[in-house]
Amino acid sequence: MTIRFTEDHEWLRPEGDLLVVGITEHASEQLGDVVYVELPEAGRTVAPGEEICVIESVKAASDILAPLAGEIVEVNEALPDTPGAVNDDPMSAWFFKIRPADASAVNGFMDEAAYKAFIG
Amino acid sequence: MAGDTGLKRTALHDLHVKLGAKMVPFAGWSMPVSYPMGVLKEHLHTRAAAGLFDVGHMGQVMLPAGAVAALEALVPVDIAGLELNRQRYAMFTNDAGGILDDLMVSNRGDHLFLVVNAACAEADIAHLNAHVPGVTVVTGRGLLALQGPAAEAALQRLLPGVAAMRFMDVATFLWQGEDIWVSRSGYTGEDGFEISVPDAVIAAFAEALLAMEEVAPIGLGARDSLRLEAGLPLYGHDIDTTTSPVAAGLAWAIQKARRAGGARAGGFPGAERILRELAEGPASKRVGLRPEGRAPMREGVEIYAEAEGGSPIGTITSGGFGPSIEAPMAMAYLPATLAEGATVYGEIRGKRLPARITALPFHPTRYKR
Repeated sequence: MTIRFTEDHEWLRPEGDLLVVGITEHASEQLGDVVYVELPEAGRTVAPGEEICVIESVKAASDILAPLAGEIVEVNEALPDTPGAVNDDPMSAWFFKIRPADASAVNGFMDEAAYKAFIG
Repeated sequence: MAGDTGLKRTALHDLHVKLGAKMVPFAGWSMPVSYPMGVLKEHLHTRAAAGLFDVGHMGQVMLPAGAVAALEALVPVDIAGLELNRQRYAMFTNDAGGILDDLMVSNRGDHLFLVVNAACAEADIAHLNAHVPGVTVVTGRGLLALQGPAAEAALQRLLPGVAAMRFMDVATFLWQGEDIWVSRSGYTGEDGFEISVPDAVIAAFAEALLAMEEVAPIGLGARDSLRLEAGLPLYGHDIDTTTSPVAAGLAWAIQKARRAGGARAGGFPGAERILRELAEGPASKRVGLRPEGRAPMREGVEIYAEAEGGSPIGTITSGGFGPSIEAPMAMAYLPATLAEGATVYGEIRGKRLPARITALPFHPTRYKR
């Protein structure tokens, strides 16, 4: 299974029947140094576009939106204590794992080549 | 100089671009908000070594030496008592006792030298022209700030003699045949200098500093977090036409001579309110807030006395994350009856989060007095 990208600059990496979600290097560069991360509670059912995480950089606050409908299964408990990981290694600094309501929905997102073209 | 975006550019614009700065519009100018190092590291570098800031967007103005009384009629500050080659913080007040702008004034013997905020420069110059004869807007010079514990050693290499200056001293030095006007002051809470340099040599001067190991270029982003940690107000945010110098915690800038019973008491716009607040205390005052946890409380966040219910008792005027204190910090105007150490609540995303009223600055200042 291939890693996918959303237009909101999130990456979705399949892991079994779950998707691991983080933000892209492009997003982390745009945000600047991340100093605060607020995660959703595991077990929460979310709708696409729902604001589920807060990221604050030295510059501003922004949200991470649920990429698709599903249930938040696990969150990265270490991240709020080490928010700088989002800048240091954005592809490893995951925020949450979601079990999509529709397992095929992930195929609607961009692959890496399409995302690279998207951000220009 | 105007670029094709209509934004003015400082004489260092090309250098910023070469250094990879992210340029943003600020008060009508195209200014570097950060360099590839990033805001957080730029902030920490300034506290650990030396940061070089382009503050050429700020207004530089000269008044004739004879304008002391005319200037005193606009500011609640003792200008007549300002010693030769010394600088003082001041503010233009309005008739309601609010602040039109804050500025630096130095006594250069045959003239007074003023540095005003970029966003207010045009209005300040009109205000000065309406009340003070002989106003000269300085053109053809940029302004740099070199800030941090290594600033003295770095600048001393280019301008031998600066190390002997004390906080708020001003002096002129020669570099490559040009007059460099230096004050030992800044907006970061660190020791450092503000340096007025002719456009003709400012890029070379900046590059000579940047070539030194301890000096890095710093953008407006880190300038803001540095001044916030230092407890320094930002005009248009923490002080404005509605806030008096006393409520803003700037009574220290009003010397004895201009207070009740002083040699030249009053005689500035808004004296009635300002002298009354000096005597009786202001109804509200600018305080520091340390939010619990890591969530920053930013400008506009409303402050409540209780965790639930009630009406806001104040609003955050500046807030963010302090890289050196490794914690969020904010400033707000709150009722003067609230004591330091009291807990109040800032509402973020519908949740009321506790914050403690704390003394300013958040990070100790290190001026060389």
